[in-house]
Amino acid sequence: MVTTKEIPLKEYVLKGNAACAGCQDMVALRHAHKALEGDVIQVVPACCTSVVQSLWPKSGLAVPILNTAFMASAATASGVKAALKAKGNDHTMVMVWAGDGGTFDIGLQALSGALERRTDFLYICYNNQVYSNTGTQRSSATPLHAQTTTTWFGKTEPEKMLDMIIAAHEPVYQFTANTSYPRDLFDKFKKAQEFEGPKFGHIFLPCPQAWNYPVEKGVEIGKLGVETGYWIQWERVGDEFTLGKHSKRFQDPEKRKPIDEFLKMQGRFSHLYRPKRNDKKIREIEDFIQHRWDMLIRTFT
Amino acid sequence: MHWTCFHLVNEVNTEPTGKKDMPKTSYSKPSIGSTGKTGSWRTFDPMVNYDECNKCRTCWLHCPEAVISIGEDDFPVWDFDYCKGCGICAEVCPKKCIEMVRTSDAVGGSLPVGGSEG
Amino acid sequence: MKTELMSANYAASRAVVSARVEVVAAYPITPATTVPEQIALLNEQGIYKGQFIRVESEHSAMFACIGASSTGARAFTATSSNGLLLMDEGLHWAAAARLPIVLNNVNRSVSPSWNIHVTHDDSYSKRDTGWIQFYVASVDELYHTIIQSFKLAEDERVLMPVMVNSDGFVLSHTVSPYDHLEPEEVDKFLPPYTPPHWVMDPENPVSHGNIVFPEHYSEFRNMMHEGTKNALPVYTEIEKEYKKLFGKYFGGPIDCYKCDDADVVFTSQGSMGAEAKDAIDELREEGYKAGNARMRMIRPFPVDKIRELGSKVKAFASFDRGVSYGFGGPVANDIRSTMYHMKHRPMIKSYIGGLGGRDMAIPDIKAVILDTFKAVESGELGPEETWNDLKD
Ligand SMILES: Cc1ncc(C[n+]2csc(CCOP(=O)(O)OP(=O)(O)O)c2C)c(N)n1
Ligand code: SF4
Ligand code: SF4
Ligand code: SF4
Ligand SMILES: [Mg+2]
Repeated sequence: MVTTKEIPLKEYVLKGNAACAGCQDMVALRHAHKALEGDVIQVVPACCTSVVQSLWPKSGLAVPILNTAFMASAATASGVKAALKAKGNDHTMVMVWAGDGGTFDIGLQALSGALERRTDFLYICYNNQVYSNTGTQRSSATPLHAQTTTTWFGKTEPEKMLDMIIAAHEPVYQFTANTSYPRDLFDKFKKAQEFEGPKFGHIFLPCPQAWNYPVEKGVEIGKLGVETGYWIQWERVGDEFTLGKHSKRFQDPEKRKPIDEFLKMQGRFSHLYRPKRNDKKIREIEDFIQHRWDMLIRTFT
Repeated sequence: MHWTCFHLVNEVNTEPTGKKDMPKTSYSKPSIGSTGKTGSWRTFDPMVNYDECNKCRTCWLHCPEAVISIGEDDFPVWDFDYCKGCGICAEVCPKKCIEMVRTSDAVGGSLPVGGSEG
Repeated sequence: MKTELMSANYAASRAVVSARVEVVAAYPITPATTVPEQIALLNEQGIYKGQFIRVESEHSAMFACIGASSTGARAFTATSSNGLLLMDEGLHWAAAARLPIVLNNVNRSVSPSWNIHVTHDDSYSKRDTGWIQFYVASVDELYHTIIQSFKLAEDERVLMPVMVNSDGFVLSHTVSPYDHLEPEEVDKFLPPYTPPHWVMDPENPVSHGNIVFPEHYSEFRNMMHEGTKNALPVYTEIEKEYKKLFGKYFGGPIDCYKCDDADVVFTSQGSMGAEAKDAIDELREEGYKAGNARMRMIRPFPVDKIRELGSKVKAFASFDRGVSYGFGGPVANDIRSTMYHMKHRPMIKSYIGGLGGRDMAIPDIKAVILDTFKAVESGELGPEETWNDLKD
């Protein structure tokens, strides 16, 4: 893994942008762009990332950004890539940077189309598990029992296993990452540059606003996601699957931290502890975590 | 981002006065301080004790704002014009040598002093 | 220049080659389908040298064009009816981003019920997107108007996307001659597209389309309005040049026939305008001073030209192959509001018909014009609009 000192100092995320304090999206963007080193065109659908850029005529990101419609990022990227090809540019990376809403929900069709066409691009879904931009409504990436403004008493369904859907499209490279491990994230973006064809990255991204946790705890909470087994770090080159170094030991349920450590920190799950711990619902979350592990290992190994 | 917090902090950009100095469509140029001096959002200042600092750059790695840079002597340097005071640097510092101090109580060089980049 | 025999859809795909389009993204829908089919074939044969993206929907087709155009490529798509409706979000987007995309909309009725024949409701419902709108009456006109449209759209004074409408089946699937130009010939007219303001380029990064507050929103919208309006004078220049280079001229935004001394002028959009010429000839022989004004461009609306015509005639017989539900014939209403402030206000009769591909033959057109003559004689407008072929 890259050492901290090897990561370039040059910043593509410019200070003084419009992101909320403690926004982990900016951490992901910082290290993604440090890895890509500027030779990139980034397509952004409606989401927090379209807002953090700030107001015309200024942009808080020092890379070319094409903002596009909510459901159209993968299609827009296909057009950008085709134009680059038509002009003989075979080096610039075309990267989509979309939220979970723009990926799991409204943008899924365009994404499926672009992957099936073997578009040479990198699609990043930064997953803060909710529609943050419009004020915390559920998405199909919102976890079971999480409170949102369209699931006031907790969501009644677990999240869609998007990674399985993506894998069915057989991208050349697929990975998950987590903003609490920026060096691992950096490496994965570097690696993505090596492959021609459709690439997909899924980044777990704590959002202090929507998850309602103390803003300084962004790194801790992301790590707890991994240490409780809730989020799994892995990558897949072709059909070669590797369980991430951070997740390996948590394949064994015995080694996982209690899920309460992850849930209790977040306001969106506080109803599970009031007036007393809701054992049944928390059990359901634990069962889903195990189910996801089983699905992943069964499908990919 | 939540529109509520966005409205709270936005400094409306009033540079172009009208059509004559506007382009035909809204494309924006990369700018430091695109939302103004975001240091004003802060209620706590990260104060570093350089005697304890081991130059590991962990604070730099995790800062969401890119306001920590690495100085010539390899020590981290804070730009308080734009630090939003989230406190993540203090949380991740392995030496625990960053302290979050209420802005009004902070002393010396850590006070917002007005930057040059704009 | 060489004369070829083809349907309008086939000719449209040839115009894409002639204009050296760099990116096409399109999705099949009757009656536009043979446009993407032909582009695919020409692409696989190495004749169309640009990129062809076989997208999974029309929404994606328009946004792929938006991505391509934002990256500096000349982009084209073709669609029809429900496909055009699905593009709606992108139509607004392309116009506000000032992207010179050209779209061939093969006019078709909107569902339900399924009807694959011509009605102009699909493109009428997109009049307020900012797109420039042409309606053509022949295969030859479609081919050359597509080539001209790139020049128009890419002109810095305009920088707005263009929709060229051609009637489903009547044109799209009917073979007739057109004069083909090789790309090398078109080069003399149409230089490569170079975006004048912004482009997606890692060497010079800009962010397009981030937030604009009320402080500046109106100004951007006003500049879009100006861009679309500039299409009128700029198109006049373009037609002049095109005529000089290739000897082709289709009549400007309104193609007039025997209008100079006419008492009643018939207006229509699309292929009907060609038949109307024959109707006028017959009426003239019968002693009626009728003229034909084929509306080639309805956005921007050719206000001056309509006022000039209106200052001389007693009445317009304005025919719409589509409806603004609750307010009648869209173009007839535009003509009415255009004439309102004039000293001489001719009678403006509105006719709606030919919907869902119902035939509008020469006798039908003559009946419409004669009905207007009758109204002029009586001095009574009669109904607000007349559904002329409605079966009671
Ligand atoms: C067609 C359309 N429908 C709805 C919206 C409103 N909208 C904008 S962003 C957004 C949610 C974005 O959620 P996500 O993709 O998860 O990104 P996040 O805001 O969480 O970063 C919604 C519903 C829109 N812009 N366009
Ligand atoms: S709402 Fe969450 S994801 Fe959006 S800008 Fe704020 S912290 Fe970042
Ligand atoms: S408080 Fe937050 S914004 Fe300020 S330097 Fe520390 S991590 Fe960066
Ligand atoms: S994390 Fe702490 S020890 Fe490391 S460089 Fe920053 S201040 Fe110094
Ligand atoms: Mg989200």
